Amino acid sequence: MTDATIPAGASPQAKDSLLVPDARTRKRNASEARFRAYGLGAIVIAVIMLLILLFTIITDGIGAFRQTYLTIPVTLDAQQLDPSGNRDPEDLKKILTLTYGNMLNGAVEGVIAESGIQVADLTEKDVNDLISKEAAAQLRNRVLANPELIGQTVESRVLVNGRVDGYYKGRVSMASAALDGNTSPQQLQLADALKDAGLLATRWNWAFLSNPDASDQRPEAAGVGIAILGSLYMMLVVLFLAVPIGVAASIYLEEFATKNRLTDIIEVNISNLAAVPSIVFGILGLAVFINFSGLPQSAPIVGGLVLTLMTLPTIIIATRASLKAVPPSIRDAALGVGASKMQSVFHHVLPLALPGILTGTIIGLAQALGETAPLLLIGMVAFVKNFPSAPPEGLFDPASALPVQVYNWTQRADPAFIERASGAIIVLLVFLLCMNLLAIYLRRKFERRW
Amino acid sequence: MNDMRILERSVDQTDAKISAKDVQVYYGDKQAIKDVNVDILDKTVTAFIGPSGCGKSTFLRCINRMNDTIDVARIEGSIKLDGEDVYDKRVDPVQLRARVGMVFQKPNPFPKSIYDNVSYGPRIHGLARNKAELDEIVEKSLRGAALWNEVKDRLQEPGTGLSGGQQQRLCIARAVATQPEVLLMDEPCSALDPIATGQVEELIDQLRSEFSVVIVTHSMQQAARVSQKTAFFHLGYLVEYGDTDDIFTNPRDPRTESYISGRIG
Repeated sequence: MTDATIPAGASPQAKDSLLVPDARTRKRNASEARFRAYGLGAIVIAVIMLLILLFTIITDGIGAFRQTYLTIPVTLDAQQLDPSGNRDPEDLKKILTLTYGNMLNGAVEGVIAESGIQVADLTEKDVNDLISKEAAAQLRNRVLANPELIGQTVESRVLVNGRVDGYYKGRVSMASAALDGNTSPQQLQLADALKDAGLLATRWNWAFLSNPDASDQRPEAAGVGIAILGSLYMMLVVLFLAVPIGVAASIYLEEFATKNRLTDIIEVNISNLAAVPSIVFGILGLAVFINFSGLPQSAPIVGGLVLTLMTLPTIIIATRASLKAVPPSIRDAALGVGASKMQSVFHHVLPLALPGILTGTIIGLAQALGETAPLLLIGMVAFVKNFPSAPPEGLFDPASALPVQVYNWTQRADPAFIERASGAIIVLLVFLLCMNLLAIYLRRKFERRW
Repeated sequence: MNDMRILERSVDQTDAKISAKDVQVYYGDKQAIKDVNVDILDKTVTAFIGPSGCGKSTFLRCINRMNDTIDVARIEGSIKLDGEDVYDKRVDPVQLRARVGMVFQKPNPFPKSIYDNVSYGPRIHGLARNKAELDEIVEKSLRGAALWNEVKDRLQEPGTGLSGGQQQRLCIARAVATQPEVLLMDEPCSALDPIATGQVEELIDQLRSEFSVVIVTHSMQQAARVSQKTAFFHLGYLVEYGDTDDIFTNPRDPRTESYISGRIG
């Protein structure tokens, strides 16, 4: 406040100058800088790990969304497919995939001859194995769905086998093909020639999202259709059971229950339940829902029930936390104008807690969506080829689930299934991302200030 | 001016609106209120004063049974509203609170529109048969709380967007809208600046014509300005109760004297 200044460094008092930090301050600043560096380092490491993970999954899995197809004209000979000539669906079903397979092989040979493709040492096996074993079944299904096609020559998009597909995705090389019993360099050369002729191409593969699982020999036909449906059904069960039960339980515990020993014990146990390993819930589900209640194995209803048990504590904890966060003054205000307990909760407290409840619920659902271990125990790891019907009956049909499908595919020998597994992980991550975005959106939308 | 009014009013008060007999309040093992006997008159402003923790807010919250929400609180004795014990087993606290309104220390409007804040009470108690009647109650209550002119053009805006003083007057309007007989105010001005405080005090003075008002305050000046009766609480005891000007000019108990002269508190 005065004009008088103490010359810096002129006396022992100099250490008090604001212009020169003292030893204590320097030490404090240094430790603060160190701590910031640790924090930054932790963030950098976490981000790098995440990027590596995402990069690996995406590079491995993106191939599952592209698939190599051969487009060839197939003559559907009426003599072979409908010997009786009456287009009776029952008779048509008697013709097995073998006939269709031979027909496809003939079509491929025809195309090779027509295009004048010459490959040295090309065996018949190379030609016949070029297309997927699943292709004949797909052609048969197409004909059964539409018998009019019989007798016509139809342009067919036919799956090629997993090795050839892998060749165009960089998984298989000429050198590896030479050592591989399932393919040969000649087959790959044939594929190249067909590609040059414009008959073979790698294109976007919607079928990955809609196809059912396929057997070990046919990775090119495997898809996550049933897994997505199974996961969806389970989420429906969780949503319709865990949310009402969880929210009602939290409201009762938080707003109505008297605080005594019993409620304390319940509270502690709910927290403990959240920490129980998920496989334990699987064993419980197996014992209670399948062995005791006699519900079917591999069914989304059982999966949904088990996941409901797992999700309940998460939802209860999140809901109670958001109810607790509503200031008591709001409850007082409502009670003060003569609202009943229930009116104060439902008119005032619940709307304010809603964003937190929604976020907690969606995070619980997302957790349930990614859960694998309990589902293994209740048989959802089974190979399922038939789509479940629409709910509610479909809830009792066998189905798979996305994370279990990932687990299942990583167990298979063919490397093409690694690609499929990573593809399924991408699908799962996209679903989780969507759910989290929904949570953020709902939080923003319903958030109110007080 | 205040003094004249008090003299005028202190003549013809006879019937007790609220009558408390031997009230004891325990929080767990701790006794917060000891042997409180007091008669609160209709159409009068009664101030509860005393140092922090003396039990004045606790006693206030007993009158409309807001202490019911505290699990460990236990009340003995009787508090009668128009001769009926509010702690009788047959009394539904919800019904009681519709007749004994409350305004809290911190303005706590609902995070809803101004209109919804005021109309909430009448709606849940079924005081209006239609929208027009509800509109009328809202307007009357807001006018009663001296807020109408400030908010009449923005009734649909959130009540939380108002200033602190306006929020507190909104809370008063909300309490008034349920047409209570008694209005309890728990330090209604402690979060307000002097101008807002002045407005609320003026409002309290007007409310006196319709209700019995009980106000807890830390400010002795405020007690002197707005109340006709004053009760001084100390360590859970009701030490002295009487006409406000009597208490402030001629305290009978040495503790009251020490408190109002600033020696304890």
